[in-house]
Amino acid sequence: MKNENLYNYLLGIADNSLILGQRMGELCGHGPSLETDIACTNISLDLFGQVRSYFQYAGKIVGDGRTEDDIAMLRKERDYKNVLLVEQPNTNFAFTIGRQFLFDVYHLIFLAELQKSNDLTLSAIANKCIKEVSYHVRFSSDWVKRLGDGTEESKAKMQEAIDALWTYTDELFHQTEADVAMVAKGIGVDVTKLKEDYYLRVGELLKEATLHVPESKWFQKGGKEGIHTEHLGYLLSDLQYMQRTYPNMEW
Amino acid sequence: MSEEQIKNLEEQFEARIARDEKIEPKDWMPEKYRKTHIRQMSQHAHSEIVGMLPEGNWITRAPSLRRKVALLAKVQDEAGHGLYLYSATETLGISRDEMYEQLHTGKAKYSSIFNYPTVTWADMGAIGWLVDGAAIINQVPLCNTSYGPYARAMIRVCKEESFHQRQGYEIMIKLANGTPEQKDMAQDALNRWWWPSLMMLGPTDDVSVHTAQSMKWKLKRKSNDDLRQQFIDQTVPQAELIGLTIPDPDLKWNEEKGSYDFGDIDWDEFWQVVKGHGPMNKERMKARVGAWERGEWVRDAAMAHAEKKQERKEK
Ligand SMILES: [Fe+2]
Ligand SMILES: [Fe+2]
Ligand SMILES: [Fe+2]
Repeated sequence: MKNENLYNYLLGIADNSLILGQRMGELCGHGPSLETDIACTNISLDLFGQVRSYFQYAGKIVGDGRTEDDIAMLRKERDYKNVLLVEQPNTNFAFTIGRQFLFDVYHLIFLAELQKSNDLTLSAIANKCIKEVSYHVRFSSDWVKRLGDGTEESKAKMQEAIDALWTYTDELFHQTEADVAMVAKGIGVDVTKLKEDYYLRVGELLKEATLHVPESKWFQKGGKEGIHTEHLGYLLSDLQYMQRTYPNMEW
Repeated sequence: MSEEQIKNLEEQFEARIARDEKIEPKDWMPEKYRKTHIRQMSQHAHSEIVGMLPEGNWITRAPSLRRKVALLAKVQDEAGHGLYLYSATETLGISRDEMYEQLHTGKAKYSSIFNYPTVTWADMGAIGWLVDGAAIINQVPLCNTSYGPYARAMIRVCKEESFHQRQGYEIMIKLANGTPEQKDMAQDALNRWWWPSLMMLGPTDDVSVHTAQSMKWKLKRKSNDDLRQQFIDQTVPQAELIGLTIPDPDLKWNEEKGSYDFGDIDWDEFWQVVKGHGPMNKERMKARVGAWERGEWVRDAAMAHAEKKQERKEK
């Protein structure tokens, strides 16, 4: 394949937005209030908009006629490269917010670096996305604080979600083969260098939210290599349903 | 206030409306005007919110990224309409929580059309085209209604509804020009949504209640039957243009009256759904009530947090 490393690199970024966008889209009409409903839908919209930019670019790079939808909806489970964190289900609103927050903080510092990419398309996309993601961080951080420093019940639920999701945070800073190749070319971001800043920011906000930082040092990984939790298959069967049932049609 | 004085106020009030002046929240208004508006406006707000469910049902399964984004944006618009209409209704002295309570206990109604299931992707096209289309016909006259906040809400809402209608029709065009399977899917959706959409324009004039009063207050400007005729005359050519067939064997152009004749509407079905026994009434309510109950601890937390923040500021 032409430009295989760049292609895989783009998928590694975009799949996170794709899968998280899909998760947020599930909530539309079922949120705890009209305002949160609108905000979650909005985040989903932003994420899918980002996905389109990345996949349109990825399609162009490969240059074999594959479309954004082919890339988004016609891969096998093992070919999705998103981190395990974003595929975790909407167990309750604390999990939704916790997942969003733990990803948003990473996403923001990641995009800030990606803006410096010497691939001009990529830095332009990052430039557009970072505005949206700054808003996402504000939204999810505010809610972590509200739930953490709200009632006894909400504090317990928020802590439980952070504790459960913590195990998926370390994977954000793992490098894939495509990462290494793209970093060497000045196109990609060296995620290993973001780790310290990430845990610092997350730790500070959790403290502000009167929550404690989980101490567990046991982490899960595999998403970036296509080995996912059991949740992903079900998500994909929704995502891919139309494209699989009605192949080769336009919508 | 004496009876005489009230009568006077009422006369002045009606005269203002007749002069096309807007009634604003702080103005004096007859109790009946307030109650009627709370009922109609909150019902409208509830329809926007419940209406998110049938379309929300296809967000995770939209066939392309472009369609997914458009559908998300549409459903988000409907949430915005709900928000906007709840706020407009609150100006009449009822809280959003009270309105929710009325929805959840079945005291308040919402548009019956949302009690039908969305079983295929084509339903996203049919709903935009027909349901938003019928909603526009119902709502455009309300842009000139007498209550200021409602009229202003309607102006904004109608603009977005027209966009939804075009977007829905565009989904149908694509399907109708697609493979035989896609065309069948479009026709099937039209078959299922056509009659319920006609019912959206309300019961026939001979059985419709409170029309005279509503006409005077500009809550209604044309009769249900006139609105329905307008909808049919507008929609039939759109169906023909894309090669779909309206599921009504009695539909025929009437040269003399310059509009379409159409077949009998199954009003028994209409009343069955209105009374709560449509295919999805229970599921829709379960979804709304469920979201509300599951969200209680979240709303409590937000409130508690805001109070704590306020206390800390005061210290
Ligand atoms: Fe509406
Ligand atoms: Fe609407
Ligand atoms: Fe609409």
